[in-house]
Amino acid sequence: MFSRTEALNRIKQQGLSQRQLGYILVTPALLLVGFVSVYPFLTTIWYSLHKIRLNLPAEGRPFVGLQNYVTLFQSGRFRHSLLITSLFSSAWVAVEFVFGLCIALVLNRRFRGRALVRASVLVPWAMALVITALLWQWMFNPVFGLLNAILMALKVIKEPINWLGTTAFSAYLSVLVVDVWRNTPFVALILLAGLQGIPGTLYEAARIDGASRVGCFVHITMPQLKHAILVALLFRSIDAFRSFDLLYVLTQGGPGRSTEIASLFAYKTLFQYLDFGKGSAATVIMALVTTALSIVYVTSLSSKD
Amino acid sequence: MAIRSQSFQRFRKRITAFNVAAALFTVFFVIFFVFPLYWQVATSLKTRENTLRIPPQLIPNPVNLDRYVWVFKNTGFPLNVRNSLITAGLTTITCVLISTLASYALARLKLRGSRAIMMSVLICSMLPAVAIVGPLYLTFRRFHLLNSFTGLIISYTAFFLPFTMWFLTSFFKTIPPGLEEAAAVDGCSPCQTLFRIIIPISMPAIFTVGMMVFIFSWNEFLFAFTFTSIDSVRTYPVGLVMFQGQWEVPWAELCAASTIVVIPIIILVLAAQRFIIRGLTAGAVKE
Repeated sequence: MFSRTEALNRIKQQGLSQRQLGYILVTPALLLVGFVSVYPFLTTIWYSLHKIRLNLPAEGRPFVGLQNYVTLFQSGRFRHSLLITSLFSSAWVAVEFVFGLCIALVLNRRFRGRALVRASVLVPWAMALVITALLWQWMFNPVFGLLNAILMALKVIKEPINWLGTTAFSAYLSVLVVDVWRNTPFVALILLAGLQGIPGTLYEAARIDGASRVGCFVHITMPQLKHAILVALLFRSIDAFRSFDLLYVLTQGGPGRSTEIASLFAYKTLFQYLDFGKGSAATVIMALVTTALSIVYVTSLSSKD
Repeated sequence: MAIRSQSFQRFRKRITAFNVAAALFTVFFVIFFVFPLYWQVATSLKTRENTLRIPPQLIPNPVNLDRYVWVFKNTGFPLNVRNSLITAGLTTITCVLISTLASYALARLKLRGSRAIMMSVLICSMLPAVAIVGPLYLTFRRFHLLNSFTGLIISYTAFFLPFTMWFLTSFFKTIPPGLEEAAAVDGCSPCQTLFRIIIPISMPAIFTVGMMVFIFSWNEFLFAFTFTSIDSVRTYPVGLVMFQGQWEVPWAELCAASTIVVIPIIILVLAAQRFIIRGLTAGAVKE
C-alpha cells in the first residue's frame, strides 16, 4: 500500500527518467521538422549566396555574396512580383475580413437552418485549390463561361469579356473574387469562434444602460473580438503572401506577367530556368516577410492582454 | 402609454428591416459559396454538345454519365485517386502518431525548453513552402525519394506536424493532472498512462487533428507537383493539372473528375463539421 505522499515522491524520483522519456518522444517530431523545414531553409539561404545553375553544372557553384539579391532588386520583373504580392495580399485580406465579419455576425444569431448555412460556408474550404482554380477558370471562360452569360442576360455587359486574359485589371478582379470565395469562410469561422466567446452578460448590462445596437458593436463586440481579429488577419496575411497553388493553375502569372506573384516568380526561376541561386534569394526575401508576420503572431500569443 | 407602444412598434419595425437585410445577405452568401459546386456537378452531367452551348444550359438535360465513363476509361485519374488515398492515409497515421507522442512529452513531461521548441516549430510552419521546396527536391533526388510515396509522406508529415503538435499540446494541457497522479498511484509508468488514460480521453482532439491532416494532404499540390513525374505515384491534384495538355481543355471531363474527388470529401467535412470547425479555429480564442 502506498500513501498519497509516497506515490507523489515516487513520481518525483522518476523525474529524471521522465525527462529522458520526454526527449525520446519529442525526437522523431523534431528530426522530421528539422529534415523537411529547418535544414532545407538553411540550405536555401546558403544557395542564395552562390551562383547555382542546374543546367550548367560545369560552372560549379561559386560564392557570389549578395550578388543574387542585387540582381533581383535591379530586375523590374521581381520588383513587380513583390509589389503585386503585397497589393493582392492586402486587398484579399481586407475584403475577406469585412465580408467574413458580416457572415460571422449573421451566424452568431439564432435562426432556423443555421447549421445548414454554416455547413455551406465549409464547401469552398474542402475543395482542393487546384479544383477551385480549374472550376473558376471554367466559369470565367470567355466563350462558354457562366459568368459572361449571366452578366449579358442582366445587360451589365454587351459582349463577352475574357476575364483572365485581356487586361491586368480584369485579371486582378477575377483573382480577387476567387480568393474571396475560397478564404472568406476561414475568416468567418475564426471570427465566429471569437464572437461565441463573448459573455452574453456584457450585452445585457449594456442594454440596461440603454446602449444602441451600434453602440454595443463598437464598445463591446469589437474590443472583445480583438484577439480573434488579430489571428484572422495575421494567418490570412501570411497565407496570402506565400500562396502558390491558386494562381499557378488559374493564371500562371498572366496575362503577360500581371499576376505573377513572388512565389510564382520564385518557382519558375527555380524549376524552369533552373537558376537555384537567384530563385533561392527570391524565396529568402519572401520568408523574411512571413517570418516577421509570424513573430508578431507569436509575441501576441505570449502577451498578457 | 400610447407613446410607449408607438416606440415599441418602431423598435419592432427596425428589427424587422434588419432581419430582412440579414436574411437577404445570408441567401446571397450561401448561393455564392455553394453555386460553383453545383455548376461543377451540373457540367459533369451534360452531354459534350450541351457543355459547349451558348448560353449555357442551367440544368443538365439529358443527364448523361459519359464524362465519368471517359475519365475512368481514358485517363490515369483512378490511379491518381488511389495514390492520393495511400499518401493521405499513411500521412495521417504517421503524423497523428508522432505528434501525439511529442505533444504528450511537451505538455506533461517536464522538458527543458518546451516553450522554445513550440515557438520555433510554429515559426517553421509559417515559412513559404516554395522557400524549402528547392533544396528538398535536391535532397530527395540524392536519397532516391523522388517519385516515391515515402518522399511525399515524409514531407507532408513534417509539414503538418507544427499544427498537430500545437493543437494536441494545448489539448493535453487542459486534462486535469489528478488523473495521471491517480494512475501513478496505481503503478502506471508514464508510457502506460499515455496509452491507457491520456489517449482514450483525447480521442475527440486526435480525431480532429487526423481529419485536418487528411484533408490537407488530400488537397496538397506544390510538393506533389514537384516531387512526382510519373503517373504511378502522382496524386489527383497533379493528375488534374496534367489533364489539360493535349487538345482543347476538356472542361466537362475535368468537372467529372473533380466531382469524383470533391463529393466524398465534402460529405466527410459536413459529417464531421463540429470537429473540423474546432480544428480550423484553434488559436482564435485565447485560453
